[in-house]
Amino acid sequence: MGEGLVEVPGGLTMQERRIWGLFAAPGMVWLGLFFVVAFYAVISVGLGNINTLYQPIPYWNPLDWNVGYLVQAIESVVPGGQNWAVVVRSVIYILTAIIGALLIGYPVAYYASRHAGRWRGLVVVLLILPFWISYIMRMFAWTNLLAPDGYGSKILSALSIDSLFSSIGLLDGTDWLGGQGITVIIALIYGYVPFFILPLFASLDRIDQRVIEAARDLGAPPPSSFWRVILPMSKPGIRAGLVLVALPMAGDYYTQTLMSGSPSTSMIGNTINDYIQGGPDKSLGAAMTILLSVVLLFFMLYYLRTLRREQGEVAA
Amino acid sequence: MSAVPAEQAATSKPARRPGFSLGNPWSKPRWLTGITWVYILWSLLPVLLAIRVAFNEGRSRTAIDGWSLKWFFGDNSFSVFGDPALQDALTHSLLLAGLAMLIATPLGIMLAIGLQRWRGRGSGPANVVALLPLVTPELVFAVGLFLLFTTLLSTIGLGTTAQVIGHVTFSMSFVVVIVRGRLVTVGPDVEEAAADLGAPPLAVIWRVLLPLLAPAIAASLLIVFALSIDDFVVSQYLASGAETATVPMRIYAQARAAPLPSLNALATLMLLFTLLALVLAYGVFRFMTRGEKRGSAIEQIASIDSGGGR
Repeated sequence: MGEGLVEVPGGLTMQERRIWGLFAAPGMVWLGLFFVVAFYAVISVGLGNINTLYQPIPYWNPLDWNVGYLVQAIESVVPGGQNWAVVVRSVIYILTAIIGALLIGYPVAYYASRHAGRWRGLVVVLLILPFWISYIMRMFAWTNLLAPDGYGSKILSALSIDSLFSSIGLLDGTDWLGGQGITVIIALIYGYVPFFILPLFASLDRIDQRVIEAARDLGAPPPSSFWRVILPMSKPGIRAGLVLVALPMAGDYYTQTLMSGSPSTSMIGNTINDYIQGGPDKSLGAAMTILLSVVLLFFMLYYLRTLRREQGEVAA
Repeated sequence: MSAVPAEQAATSKPARRPGFSLGNPWSKPRWLTGITWVYILWSLLPVLLAIRVAFNEGRSRTAIDGWSLKWFFGDNSFSVFGDPALQDALTHSLLLAGLAMLIATPLGIMLAIGLQRWRGRGSGPANVVALLPLVTPELVFAVGLFLLFTTLLSTIGLGTTAQVIGHVTFSMSFVVVIVRGRLVTVGPDVEEAAADLGAPPLAVIWRVLLPLLAPAIAASLLIVFALSIDDFVVSQYLASGAETATVPMRIYAQARAAPLPSLNALATLMLLFTLLALVLAYGVFRFMTRGEKRGSAIEQIASIDSGGGR
């Protein structure tokens, strides 16, 4: 094998290249069973049946598949169906939250990558920090703040923000935790902005300073060098970041339960969670999970492509 | 947004690149500084306040009320170490995190090495499968495991084993990303040199590659620990009852109900463990890569963060 090493570019013989596959085997078997087969279990239950005790009977053989629950799930999410309102609400909440994340996150990532100067190290650490504080704990902190006697409620009341929000119809009453859509949306923004800022920071940080210098040297006034150079160059980072935060929001049920708990603000994640953990509708829940995955698959693959392209760039 | 550059033109303090001066348009726009620091305060202050409340003397969970450690260690049955339910949650979280760390790291390392080198039939799909858990919404992931353990693998069933398996499955992809990043950094040169000098393949892996990967391995261990201890959805779906409740599950269940600072104390302890793991990971990585090109550690940790949506 010694002399074989120099023959193939990269220093490995074809035989060795295959042997490396053995290294990947344990991990692949694990992921095959607990990720791929697990998802197949969702399909088999969603396209299966239930027994007399309402327990799901999965149909593992595709030839046996029964589309009844899937049809029921599809019928429930089209206009007029029982989950239509939830779907519309989820889309509105998620879109509003990612726009909010963009408006807050872009200036912050931009500052951290280009203007933080000697504070850069500290700013980056402080931006990473929320990422590693348990999401549940960050929401929990807000349940204390927004309780009727909490500091947050008091400050918002002192600034008359609650009456302002009430007067424009965004808040019903003064209890921020009492089933308010606006609280759920703000909580989603609060929860997911850190996940948006980091990839965007990385992509802004990669923009070559010389390109911006060139734009300015060629006479672009600062506004055009931002709109015509920096912003277009950061678009892949924006897209990847928005996808990265929209995906978990689409399956989020805990933000809603903690910050509101009311059916009037429930999202698609709550519906699936109720079906699966609630009791007799597990098969319908599985069918809804299949639908959600199909809708999200495009976005998941899009993000994976950008991730792998970045890894490729690092390798090259 | 068009106000950014106008501000930039108005002020003229040099920023970021001190040596640069051509009638400098690179100055720091003040409103960006303002937004960033307001954002940082907004993102961290609520958590700091929740931690402060854990040290309250009184029973209020919404207001600061004296100083004490009684919600941690008090001999009443309401403190973290006095209430068996809270103490069990902490122990269970640590148990899951420890096991997940010890299983996911070796599996992930081997997978990363394999995927990096393996060229042949199946390596393309294998790459996708190894990264897909990073972008799969946790709910979809958890529903899959839940249905797997209640149907096909009902012999294992729900409970601690299932929870460990779930945590290993989602954190393995993070290990793969970390270790592959390191493999790219160290490159194939040293290994090839060892092989050319006659080292048998296993010796190359054991005596050359693994020591080179050591910083990534240390970072992986601790990051898996942190991911596992923070996890909520998978733990909840695969739990089998009160004795398999983790800290985030306790917080979730009682956040809107039991109004005692002991819950804050529990959350504070969990955060302490997470941050300890991360500071250790960072420190070990820096120590082991000392002398290498600067700036790699924080960038590595940052790139791990951007790898997934948890």
